[in-house]
Amino acid sequence: MTVALSGKKVAAQIEEKFPGSVVESSEGSLVIKGESLLAVAAFLRDTPELGFDYLNYITAVDYYSHFEIVYQLTSLGHNHTMMFKTRCYRRESPVMPSVVGLWQGADFQEREIYDLMGIKFEGHPNMKRIFLWEGFEGYPLRKDYLS
Amino acid sequence: MTTTEMALKTEPFVLNIGPVHPSTHGVYRMRVTLDGEVVLDMEPVFGYLHRGVEKLAEERSYTGFIPLTDRLDYIASMSNNLAYCLAVERLAGVKVPERAEYIRVIMAELQRLANHCIVVGAFFNDCGAYFTPFMYLFREREKILDLFDMVCGQRLTYNYMRIGGLSQDIPDEFLPALKKFLPQMKRFVDEYECFIKQNEILLARAKGVGILSRETAINCGISGPVARASGIKWDLRKADPYSIYDRFEFDIPFGEAGDCYDRYRVRMEEIKQSLRILEQAARQIPPGPVKTEVPHLIRPPAGEAYAHIESPKGELGFYLVSDNSIAPYRCHVRPPSLINLTALREMVRGWKVADLIIIFGSIDITMGEVDR
Amino acid sequence: MEVASPKKYAYPSEEIDRTEGQVIASLKAGSREALPDPDAWLEEGLRRNILLTTVDAILDWGRRSSLWPVICFPACCAFELIAAEGPRFDLSRFGMEILRASPRQADLMITAGTLTWKMAPNVRRIYNQMAEPKWVIAMGACGISGGIFASSYSVVPGYNKIVPVDVYVPGCPPRPEALIYGIQMLQKKIARTPVVPDLPKFLKKGKEA
Repeated sequence: MTVALSGKKVAAQIEEKFPGSVVESSEGSLVIKGESLLAVAAFLRDTPELGFDYLNYITAVDYYSHFEIVYQLTSLGHNHTMMFKTRCYRRESPVMPSVVGLWQGADFQEREIYDLMGIKFEGHPNMKRIFLWEGFEGYPLRKDYLS
Repeated sequence: MTTTEMALKTEPFVLNIGPVHPSTHGVYRMRVTLDGEVVLDMEPVFGYLHRGVEKLAEERSYTGFIPLTDRLDYIASMSNNLAYCLAVERLAGVKVPERAEYIRVIMAELQRLANHCIVVGAFFNDCGAYFTPFMYLFREREKILDLFDMVCGQRLTYNYMRIGGLSQDIPDEFLPALKKFLPQMKRFVDEYECFIKQNEILLARAKGVGILSRETAINCGISGPVARASGIKWDLRKADPYSIYDRFEFDIPFGEAGDCYDRYRVRMEEIKQSLRILEQAARQIPPGPVKTEVPHLIRPPAGEAYAHIESPKGELGFYLVSDNSIAPYRCHVRPPSLINLTALREMVRGWKVADLIIIFGSIDITMGEVDR
Repeated sequence: MEVASPKKYAYPSEEIDRTEGQVIASLKAGSREALPDPDAWLEEGLRRNILLTTVDAILDWGRRSSLWPVICFPACCAFELIAAEGPRFDLSRFGMEILRASPRQADLMITAGTLTWKMAPNVRRIYNQMAEPKWVIAMGACGISGGIFASSYSVVPGYNKIVPVDVYVPGCPPRPEALIYGIQMLQKKIARTPVVPDLPKFLKKGKEA
């Protein structure tokens, strides 16, 4: 049975290593600051006890005042999983760091988030639209998109 | 001058394959950089079936979204229904009656059989066995579709599962028909393997072709038969049992080499294991209700939930965010086909164009799921 | 043989994407109205002499008994089409055994799936490449009106915005029996097509022009 790790415990471990990077944490998930995203993600992947080598998915949610990017990670060896998020408060041309260097599976999913939500990921080798055609106006999955 | 003394200058060129192509399994397009026949690079282009399902989810009620989930991975509709209903039930805290759980497992496993019938057949199509193995498997698939037709009246997109159970109970003729079908299918699979497993053309074309290493597979997030053929011993039915899969005895087939032949073998073995699960479920199914009473326009409490199942393609998951209204605030589908495609570029480098088609066919993608 | 290093190609990827985006945008802007169905002649009630009708009958019999569909399988309806080609609902008894991959060799387009604006120029190009006479069957709810996805931002509301459609087969997806019924309806329509031009009328028109 895959164990969902407690967000609070993992947050405590992350705070030790990177103080000030956890914004909030709860049982189900934790929120990390955008600037420390890459460092924390590398820590989660490379620490032997956590060992999150498998990225389930990346997605983004539009909460009017901010965008929240959700990551779900699983460790195949330890059979535990956890969800963490980061927030982006810019509405015009938001930019977030890309985790393609850590988990290659993020490639198409980050392009999809750019295509449908408008969030650019820096460090991504091929940041262009994936589902909609070049020249499509707007980002459909945003809450203020008018068709 | 002999040929070895002449320096023949060549240049790589870009060839466009698709979106309308007999072996691209739907509207998938690749821009392939070729040096003669050898593939140097491949750039995938998709979105030709992007129908905006995630945006449509925000306009429809939770129950009204179920027909849309059917059309995501349209050759494995029951699995999509199951994953979505599990996600909403987790969000709303709804419990499903016993009988409904057993029927769900029966439907999901029958769907796995139907899916693998198409995929293995299409794989042989790509290898060059023009339609004969495909038609044999289609004959068996028609029998499975007859069973589905008996239950919910539809052959392809069922809309059978509901939040809290199923839309209706199975008719009385279903279980005897299922029990009659299972030994027929077992005999058929053995006969089928007999004449194709050791075929030398298949071995020459598929063994050692398109190898995906274990590390790349984990890094790319590959799941399903493609991952298991590369040696990753991960199946959600055993690792994170959902519904009542922990009550059945079955094995998970694995491969070692990670080539196209292993992927085909893993799928054939999965068919045999699904037949085992079906036998046990058909024997153990209890009487009772098939749906918990939930309001049609259900309003789950505010929060989020992620539920995943082992669909025939891989890990299919739904991430739902609710704000206590009748429609989801955000519905994201974790598409196994799209994520499995991430590894395609590495797998095809250095192979010829004909091998490219086979490798692509062995990954098993459905464009409805890739593009959503 | 030495392989030249990959240099900049004549058409870099970004330029191709941009050109295709412009094609899609212009097609979208120009496809607000549905193209008229090509069956106005059915109501005309032409009176032709017996020699022409016999020749018509033979040519129409030849055309309708060997329709060759082109492979154009966007979505779910494709599997009902393949099932119709399969062992149980055998389409080859109607002459449609071979699905031609090349549109030059086909005369029937069965639109099996949802059409999106990104795919629309490709479908129009396939239709243009088919030689006359050609027919189109709009299969499924998505083919007729956009179906369950009609309100989406990227779906064309029906194939008749892009190609003229002869027969509409409703269903989601239509059962293979329904598809065969639609094909038989198309065959009946083809059986009534006047093929050979009416020579006296033709000559008269030529003199007037």
